[in-house]
Amino acid sequence: MSQAMSPVAPSAAPARAETLARQLALVIDLDVCVGCHACVTSCKSWNTSGAAGPLTDTDPYGVSPTGTYFNRVQTWEAGRYPATQTVHFPKSCLHCEDPPCVPVCPTGASYKRAEDGIVLVDADKCIGCKYCAWACPYGAREYDEARGVMTKCTLCVDRVHDARLPEADRKPACVKACPTGARLFGDVHDPASEVSRAIRERGGYALMPEWDTKPANHYLPKRVAAAEPPPRADDAPAEGGILGWFRRALG
Amino acid sequence: MPETASRPVGRPLHDPIHGPDAAARTEVRTTTCYMCACRCGIRVHLREGEGGELALRYIDGNPNHPLNRGVICAKGAAGIMKQVSPARLTRPLLRKPGAARGDGDFEPISWERALEILTQRLAQIRATDPKRFALFTGRDQMQALTGLFARQFGTPNYAAHGGFCSVNMAAGMIYTVGGSFWEFGGPDLERAKLFVMIGTAEDHHSNPMKIALGDFKRRGGRFVSINPIRTGYSAIADEWIPIRPGTDGALFLAILHELIAADLIDRPFLQRYTNAPQLVVLDAGGEREGLFAFDPDPAKGPPGDGRHPHNKLAFDRASGRIVAAYPEGNEPGRDLALEGHYELADGTRVAPAFQLLRERVATTTPAWAEAITGIPAARIRQLAREIGETALHQAFELPVAWTDAWGREHPTTPGRPVAFHAMRGLAAHSNGFQTVRALAVLMSVLGTIDAPGGFRHKAPYPRHIVPNYRAFNDPAMIQPNTPLNAAPLGFPASPEELAVDAEGRPIRIDHAFSWEHPLSAHGLMHNVITNAVRGDPYRIDTLLLFMANMAWNSTMNTMAVREMLNARDTDGSYKIPFLVVCDAFQSETVAYADLVLPDTTYLERHDAMSLLDRPISEFDGPMDSVRVPVLPPTGECRPFQEVLVELASRLKLPAFTTPEGARKFKDYPDFIVRYEAQPGVGFLMGWRGEDGTQSIRGAPNPRQWEMYANNDCVFHQPLPENQRFMRNWNRAYLDFAKASGWRQRNDPIQLAIYSDTLQSFRLAARGQTAGRQPPEALRERIARHFDPLPFWYPPLEHAAVDTAAYPLAAVTQRPMAMYHAWDSQNAWLRPIHGHNHLFANPATALAAGIADGGWAWVESPWGRVRCRVRHSDAVEPGTVWTWNAIGKASGAWQLAPGADEARKGFLLNHLITEELPCDGTPSGRVSNSDPITGQAGWYDVRVRLRPADPGEPEESFPQVAAVPAPPGVLGAWGGLRRVMQFFAGRGGAGARGEGGR
Repeated sequence: MSQAMSPVAPSAAPARAETLARQLALVIDLDVCVGCHACVTSCKSWNTSGAAGPLTDTDPYGVSPTGTYFNRVQTWEAGRYPATQTVHFPKSCLHCEDPPCVPVCPTGASYKRAEDGIVLVDADKCIGCKYCAWACPYGAREYDEARGVMTKCTLCVDRVHDARLPEADRKPACVKACPTGARLFGDVHDPASEVSRAIRERGGYALMPEWDTKPANHYLPKRVAAAEPPPRADDAPAEGGILGWFRRALG
Repeated sequence: MPETASRPVGRPLHDPIHGPDAAARTEVRTTTCYMCACRCGIRVHLREGEGGELALRYIDGNPNHPLNRGVICAKGAAGIMKQVSPARLTRPLLRKPGAARGDGDFEPISWERALEILTQRLAQIRATDPKRFALFTGRDQMQALTGLFARQFGTPNYAAHGGFCSVNMAAGMIYTVGGSFWEFGGPDLERAKLFVMIGTAEDHHSNPMKIALGDFKRRGGRFVSINPIRTGYSAIADEWIPIRPGTDGALFLAILHELIAADLIDRPFLQRYTNAPQLVVLDAGGEREGLFAFDPDPAKGPPGDGRHPHNKLAFDRASGRIVAAYPEGNEPGRDLALEGHYELADGTRVAPAFQLLRERVATTTPAWAEAITGIPAARIRQLAREIGETALHQAFELPVAWTDAWGREHPTTPGRPVAFHAMRGLAAHSNGFQTVRALAVLMSVLGTIDAPGGFRHKAPYPRHIVPNYRAFNDPAMIQPNTPLNAAPLGFPASPEELAVDAEGRPIRIDHAFSWEHPLSAHGLMHNVITNAVRGDPYRIDTLLLFMANMAWNSTMNTMAVREMLNARDTDGSYKIPFLVVCDAFQSETVAYADLVLPDTTYLERHDAMSLLDRPISEFDGPMDSVRVPVLPPTGECRPFQEVLVELASRLKLPAFTTPEGARKFKDYPDFIVRYEAQPGVGFLMGWRGEDGTQSIRGAPNPRQWEMYANNDCVFHQPLPENQRFMRNWNRAYLDFAKASGWRQRNDPIQLAIYSDTLQSFRLAARGQTAGRQPPEALRERIARHFDPLPFWYPPLEHAAVDTAAYPLAAVTQRPMAMYHAWDSQNAWLRPIHGHNHLFANPATALAAGIADGGWAWVESPWGRVRCRVRHSDAVEPGTVWTWNAIGKASGAWQLAPGADEARKGFLLNHLITEELPCDGTPSGRVSNSDPITGQAGWYDVRVRLRPADPGEPEESFPQVAAVPAPPGVLGAWGGLRRVMQFFAGRGGAGARGEGGR
């Protein structure tokens, strides 16, 4: 038991997962995310009354409210003044191809759908033991104290397959909402998909690859469009610098 | 180790694809968002609940809406929590006899009684002295109606919140290029290669801006942000150039210096489309000094001024003689001089306006600007070169043919791929008007005005320079039971149009359009309470505030203003005798009201986003939209505009009354359909004509609301391609704008590089004119600031402050997820921005002995605040900042007493004074505002930091006592609820009770 409650260490790599024919995922473009939180509340609005809802809010009008959000935006500063970067970093379940949250679940509530690779929690089976949250190296799970169950991003599974919705609406709420178009959605196993192309062409990367979880979600790095002639080198940190900083911050 | 994907998990008990209520009846209704000034199209998804009622299930962006094209923001997506907010007022309230203002002690009354009280009081005021009624509204989107109400009532004391928002941006650009940013125009990021954003500008038109910014970056465009702070959009800038607050004007002048020195300017554009070649009289003294010389032939018209510009002169280098600027100067083969000094036949010495600009910027070198802005001179030179070279060396021709105002056909449209954007960051300084003028001139010398890739107008802009809207200005026309002969707000073109009495004193309670702030096109709401309490220039009786939180975050000097609202004469009567507050929520101001009118939310009402008001047009054509109710009103809530139409009818205001004296409009929707501002022009331009087949102009259509509702609540009329650019001089567009009723004339709109309008005020101040003169003590203030060319001066507050003792600037930025106090009660937004910190550069904080996370005192000469400080490398060392309008008064908004917003959050407002010392006014004070426009100088305050003592409480200062919940407030399911599990259609008020399922 106690062993199962520790995060899965990188050295204890799980067995290779079967490669699914289809893996839906988000690709998030950090180059255009302005941190507006449209994705955060759109997600909440859709999901609280959806298949995974309600998303509990504790003390909503009290002293220090906390709430369940399947998607959160963190804001970081990187670099020293004046070479400062302000980075907005949206974070949700990464729908790992080899999700460490699944094998640790004693009831089978945590599972990965074979048809599209979405990682879900079946609330009716969940006993709220939180093993999955311990196992997730990304902190992407949201425990609902009031309901006593684990919750998380569903990639809006109750939207993306709903044939009653117009085709253009069969996307996660966060993707539809994003004003800057920073969120792409699609099948990362289809090399011709928009998301696969973006990962290829823009140097999309997965978070903490050393954990061998193979996150399906990817991030597109910041880029810097240089002036002609370029500004002083010390004023424009290279892309790698920010990326490296990210890895350090998250790792 | 178990397998993962292939592990046999069986079917989940809980079908993830279909929610538990998947079979419930659902319905989608379209309307328009009202969570901010953006006004996006939304789809409101409703689901039938357990009781059969329709409940809010989801709000998303309407993909068919041309403004937001399906996207939405954090606030818009949290609209459900606004609808069910515990802070909602649901009953009219009357302050209990004996209760003090601010105590929040009310008794509920019926609407009939509320309307009777108001009608009786207002009728009495109107029959005696109508100016004793003042109507000031906050961020409303119905100024065409509220302004009409005030004008019909007969009071000049009306304005919306523009005076404390961004009037400098509106006026500075409208007086220069005929349009402005935000609803009036914006950057053409679709075709720009370089985008320069200056100061905080995240609020207005935010979703379209974000859409364009994302596309711009993906296309490889370069984005430079100039801002003391790196937040918001600046986070994705390719380069951040920190600048000291209030110094942007110096930067623009240095860039102009560089561009002109390097001849990186669009000379043909300046010659043809601006007043740069027009000859200015140089001879000192006399009433023509600094004005444009004009053809004295009476057949050519009266002397040129801001409204009659068409007989001015220029020097033609091709023929070597002085010619009329129009139409002669525009004939083929002319080469109008931009430089040099000339003499008219009568010996008058003259020079082209551009020559004077050259001389003005000769000394505004990058080295000069470095000392002011803190930006290295080398960086300024490099930026100027990049801007100029991109605009002119990467210029392109768009294959769009058009004909100019003088009949010349152009086979293509010139593109200038440098776009700028700015808003409050420039505007909210007392030097903001001239700073914005400098930016507009910079944009003009590069030829970027309504050019592809540059700045583009939105209908009904561009306006004439100066717009043909004169503000009410005749004190003799304030008469009992008589409408004003002009709208309360407008654009003065000369001292003769000021709203002053024979002695030069203000005739408005806010001193707008007086010598203190002559071009205050949006009024000065921030001084209404102070002036009314002082009786300066007179006492008023009733102040009606709509959606303006003047007892908290919408006012400067908050604690003093709260006391003023409660100030009494020696006989015990209130100095502001009757205060009416209309709001949908229990804001801090509600507690001070004598009468509270509960407004509906945006989901429960009709509204018109009218071209007569703040337009939502896009670059390619005019657009307006409506809201329609998607839910019934909560409790007894009534939309404010219904209340206004009702009051106007009861008061028998002429526009609302038939010739026989009967009520003219049944209600607000009826008013919107049938009211005509001019024949065929109403609030809405779509589906006009009796059968709905006309647009822009046409007879009222009784089915107009229905047609809007059936078409996503929006009407968009894309213009033909040849009317989409160069609209200041575009023959087809100018004719169309006149025919549409947007302009009185179809004259071209020459850009005002040099402002003779400003010079006319300066001449009056110097006693060089026969007309109106300012009061003696204000002459120097007017003469100094009404410079016809842009210049930089330190914010006025700095002269009143020992800047060595208060070395730091303090400003706010606006969090995109919650930039307005309206949303502080929103349960889905509170956890995102539940309290604010003061952000300081680590070097600045450490020098003051303040650790990261430490509590500190922020002191200005006017007040002090205790708050928590966070170190941040994303702010320049001379500036500290915080998020705007997060801090709340304890107990307001139905948040628990001691909520984070109150205990840890704070307002910068406590540090900001609404007045500065001034020898030139009877009170010895003048609004802390731009001396030209009256724009509130929010961002001018100077502060110092010191650590809080270890023994002090770890809470923000000042704190105020919590007020009780007013009767009828929805708070019952808010304040004490520990767990909310919102699931549409289950439980009371659309929410689930405690305990889960």
